Amino acid sequence: MKLPRIAIPPAIGRLLKFWPLAAALVVLALFPHIGGGFYVDLVLTTMILAIFALSLELLVGGTGLVSFGHAAFFGIAAYATVLLSAKTDAPSLAWLLPPVLAIAAIAACVIGALCLRTRGIYFIMVTLAFAQMTYFVFHDTSLAGGSDGLYLYAKPRLAIGDVTLLDLGRPMTLYYATLGCLVVVYALLALIGRARFGQALAGIKSNEQRMRASGFSTYPYKLAAFTLAGALAGVAGFLHAVKDGFVNPEILAWHQSGAVLLTLILGGIGTLRGPVLGAFVFVLLKEVFQSEAVFGAFARHWQLPLGLAIIACVALMPNGVVALPARFRRLRMPIPHAG
Amino acid sequence: MDLAVFLVQCLNAIQYGLLLFLVASGLTLIFGILGIINLAHGSFYMIGAYLAYALAPWAAANVGGGFFVALGIGIVLSIAFGYVLEWAFVSYLYEREHLQQVLMTYGLILVLEELRSILAGDDVHGVAPPAWLAGTVPLGGVMTYAVYRLFMSGVCMAVALALYLVITRTRVGMAIRAGASNREMVQALGIDIRLLYRIVFAGGVALAVFAGMIAAPASSVYPGMGNQVLILSFVVVVIGGIGSVRGALTASLLVGFVDTFGKVFMPQIAGLLVYVLMAAILLWRPEGLFRTA
Repeated sequence: MKLPRIAIPPAIGRLLKFWPLAAALVVLALFPHIGGGFYVDLVLTTMILAIFALSLELLVGGTGLVSFGHAAFFGIAAYATVLLSAKTDAPSLAWLLPPVLAIAAIAACVIGALCLRTRGIYFIMVTLAFAQMTYFVFHDTSLAGGSDGLYLYAKPRLAIGDVTLLDLGRPMTLYYATLGCLVVVYALLALIGRARFGQALAGIKSNEQRMRASGFSTYPYKLAAFTLAGALAGVAGFLHAVKDGFVNPEILAWHQSGAVLLTLILGGIGTLRGPVLGAFVFVLLKEVFQSEAVFGAFARHWQLPLGLAIIACVALMPNGVVALPARFRRLRMPIPHAG
Repeated sequence: MDLAVFLVQCLNAIQYGLLLFLVASGLTLIFGILGIINLAHGSFYMIGAYLAYALAPWAAANVGGGFFVALGIGIVLSIAFGYVLEWAFVSYLYEREHLQQVLMTYGLILVLEELRSILAGDDVHGVAPPAWLAGTVPLGGVMTYAVYRLFMSGVCMAVALALYLVITRTRVGMAIRAGASNREMVQALGIDIRLLYRIVFAGGVALAVFAGMIAAPASSVYPGMGNQVLILSFVVVVIGGIGSVRGALTASLLVGFVDTFGKVFMPQIAGLLVYVLMAAILLWRPEGLFRTA
């Protein structure tokens, strides 16, 4: 049966394209009222990972730079959050967040300036090596508690006078603040994708030689993307530190960089919903593999099924979850009649 | 610092650098010729150490040889392992992007690391060196130096020399060098490039496993020992230049000296010095010291 065609005004048609996004937003906003505490916490973790993965998407999907050291900026921001917080009073959000992001951005700018002198396989290795260097800075020196890590004594809040506007110590507030950050980062990256800056990055991704030939100095563009990605990873790092109230060198370890890259490829590169979907898939996979109810005593070795899942994912769906509907559609397509 | 201490530290640096070279040379060959970024290379080193730990008692009980029989069995096993691994996982990555190679080999790390945990547990183990290498030699009156460490340096040098001869003087080496510079042309000349790739990968795995095996008696055998070596090998490859075995040798020794003397003079920041060195080289020559192409 053929449905009658209804003429939709183009403006509304364009808006209708966003309904999955809007629906997802509504579900996320309502979730704390439906789900139990454990699941709310899980979704919070997922949203932080989604912000982290989105920041990497700007580099990998947007600019074609595969960074294997992105956890460095996440970790630097998390450490900065703890180190800049006072031990007694709840720190003010307005005085804490900007310097934390600035520190992450400066670190990304310095490391990026060096890493971007290389390309391809070199770039992957050099980013990994510098991330490992920051790991050793926090792990070996007494700068920030060494391998034991540090505690965040009081969670930041935003207050005007005596009126507290935001208290990130309250789980609900932190949840909505994180959701807000996710929306802002998503919107920012969507805007960048449409702006001249994002177009230039896309050009660098598809053919850097040609971009240079047509008069673009590509290095500053790449450095700007790297710095911005570092700052956005800093947002995720800040939220992580506030959520856990604890940082240790493991958050800068290369497993984190690997996990966020995996999140990205699980979801699919080149779109913004990919990283967000990937974060949900990744956290779910990890939760299932770690669950003793499903795997029993074997749950201790959860990295084995995770590793196999990664290998299967690379082999079977190189374009991520985002590409799955198109894949199924292709399978379901009727075979045209011969003759 | 008096002369004897200095000498001991020099020997340590050389031994460390040469060991690093064994791992890094396989890595740089796999990068340079196959174009594959292989994160699992550190795991092969770890496997080597655990093989030494598992095989040495077994070989002593069943075959009647000690450490060296275990070494021989280990090499044969590692070549077979590398061959199968290339066939099963790596062979269809050649046409893929770096990102997918990174993820595939990252998945392999997780799998190998967990298999190690299931099969051998998470404890720290030691491996006894062969009896006739267990002693020490006196050095300048009060200092002594372990014979096994001297032996390690000697073996590493022999392997480095053999590698050099294979690459520069044999037909396979010629094909490898040709394959590194132009893949299609080598194929057009009738050389089976897939077989060549398989050989190079298996050889690289064998080098890393071998390094792990001979390192086992000198250091302890512990979980995650491959990661540190992997990252340092990356640094070596970046400093030396991708695909250059000569560069890998120079860079390994450089890293060995910087790390060893860093630990003596500046123990607080010793872990960082190697990366500072890498940053300096990147500023000076982003393509590495010996990159020609």
